[in-house]
Amino acid sequence: MKPRATGSVLRIAAPLRALAQRFSFLLLVLVAIALMLVGKIDTIVIDNIRGRIDDAFVPVMGALSRPAATAARVIEGIQELAGIRAENQRLRAENAALLQWQQAALKLESENRTMRDMLHVVPDAAISYVSGRVVADAGGPFVRTILVTAGRRDGARKGQAAMAGPGLIGRVIEVGETSSRILLITDLNSRIPVIMESSRQRAVMSGDNSEQPRLLYAVTDVPLQIGDRVVTSGHGGTLPPGLPVGKVASVTDHGIRVQPMVDLSRLEMVTLVDFGLATNLLGEAPKPGALP
Amino acid sequence: MIAVLQKLDQFGRNLMPLASTLLLVLLTMVPVVLPGFTAIMPAWGLMAVYYWVVFRPDLLPTSAAFAIGLLQDLLSGTPLGMNALVFVVVHWIVLTQRRFFVSTSFVVLWSGFALVVLIAMSVSWLSYSVLSLTLAPLDAALFQALLSLTVFPVVAVLFIRLHRAFLPA
Repeated sequence: MKPRATGSVLRIAAPLRALAQRFSFLLLVLVAIALMLVGKIDTIVIDNIRGRIDDAFVPVMGALSRPAATAARVIEGIQELAGIRAENQRLRAENAALLQWQQAALKLESENRTMRDMLHVVPDAAISYVSGRVVADAGGPFVRTILVTAGRRDGARKGQAAMAGPGLIGRVIEVGETSSRILLITDLNSRIPVIMESSRQRAVMSGDNSEQPRLLYAVTDVPLQIGDRVVTSGHGGTLPPGLPVGKVASVTDHGIRVQPMVDLSRLEMVTLVDFGLATNLLGEAPKPGALP
Repeated sequence: MIAVLQKLDQFGRNLMPLASTLLLVLLTMVPVVLPGFTAIMPAWGLMAVYYWVVFRPDLLPTSAAFAIGLLQDLLSGTPLGMNALVFVVVHWIVLTQRRFFVSTSFVVLWSGFALVVLIAMSVSWLSYSVLSLTLAPLDAALFQALLSLTVFPVVAVLFIRLHRAFLPA
């Protein structure tokens, strides 16, 4: 609704309005910059607000992501139909090989148990899982995070490992009541202490927003081989040792790159794993019975 | 009574730019199972802000653009205030130049968006780099800008239809 102004009022009002507009623009720019600084300094308050907003929008995002997921599944189904025979053959062969591995695993498990009994090993704290559906991702070039439908209510805690299928995909960085956000291992800010499974060389896996994170500080007395398995080392105490992360994909003068175990662009369900580690480093109370 | 209903109807119609911008921003964050697509997801929200500020700036004020940008920051995990800043800057630039965009052909509208997408990319890249104290990789941001520019006509046509259907002059 426009006010019916006489000429003289308009003459005064128009510049005033322009001034107010310019002022509000400047104000909002300043507020945005201030928010950036606050977000950098006081992460706890911001994380709480983010958690609340995420909780509120998880149902909406869930509904929006359903059609996309269904469409993707249909297309994938059609693609798979074409190669179903070859796939079947491959799976039979794999199954035969896995059955052999199962025998080996059972044998090792019983042997392991006897040895633990003999040595009186303190058992690891009970592991608990909670799974959630991926309802949103960052949708932009700068961050690699996802939002899943499992929150504090379900047992999700900050710092937990996020796994999908066989491998680690990231860490929980923020928890709401019904949602939590995961920082993927490919994000620019992700740093995971890792170790080569066979050669036991330590390194830090650092994301750089590309599909394959880099290995930093790798002490290369033994040259790394392409295909070497990379697992978490457990240093720093936020993640347990031995979680598979990926395989060495390339070793060049520019650095060593790791191909994640899991295809991070096809995440549908994510499992947050509580290994019962004392997470007091992250500002949460240590749980009774947690590992020393 | 009819007058009240008419007012209510007009109020609903006037909400359309805001609602469509919000929806497009949410669509940006829908997981897509295409390898590497998330990083170069077109900036749907930016297109909406651009279109509505050119044609109906009265229905999408700066504060609304700010709020929607802030919501995107909160939901997508980007540094708080980054997209809010981008939307406010874009809003201001388009508002000051809108006479130029609004009057002429579609090509001018499109090239205006090219400028806007470039500015948006620079602002977000700069603020992200400063906040994370590193030089953020530029390749994904460039691809996102290019892809946004490529799909803009489709979205613009959609908006023109919405515009005619909901807010006839």
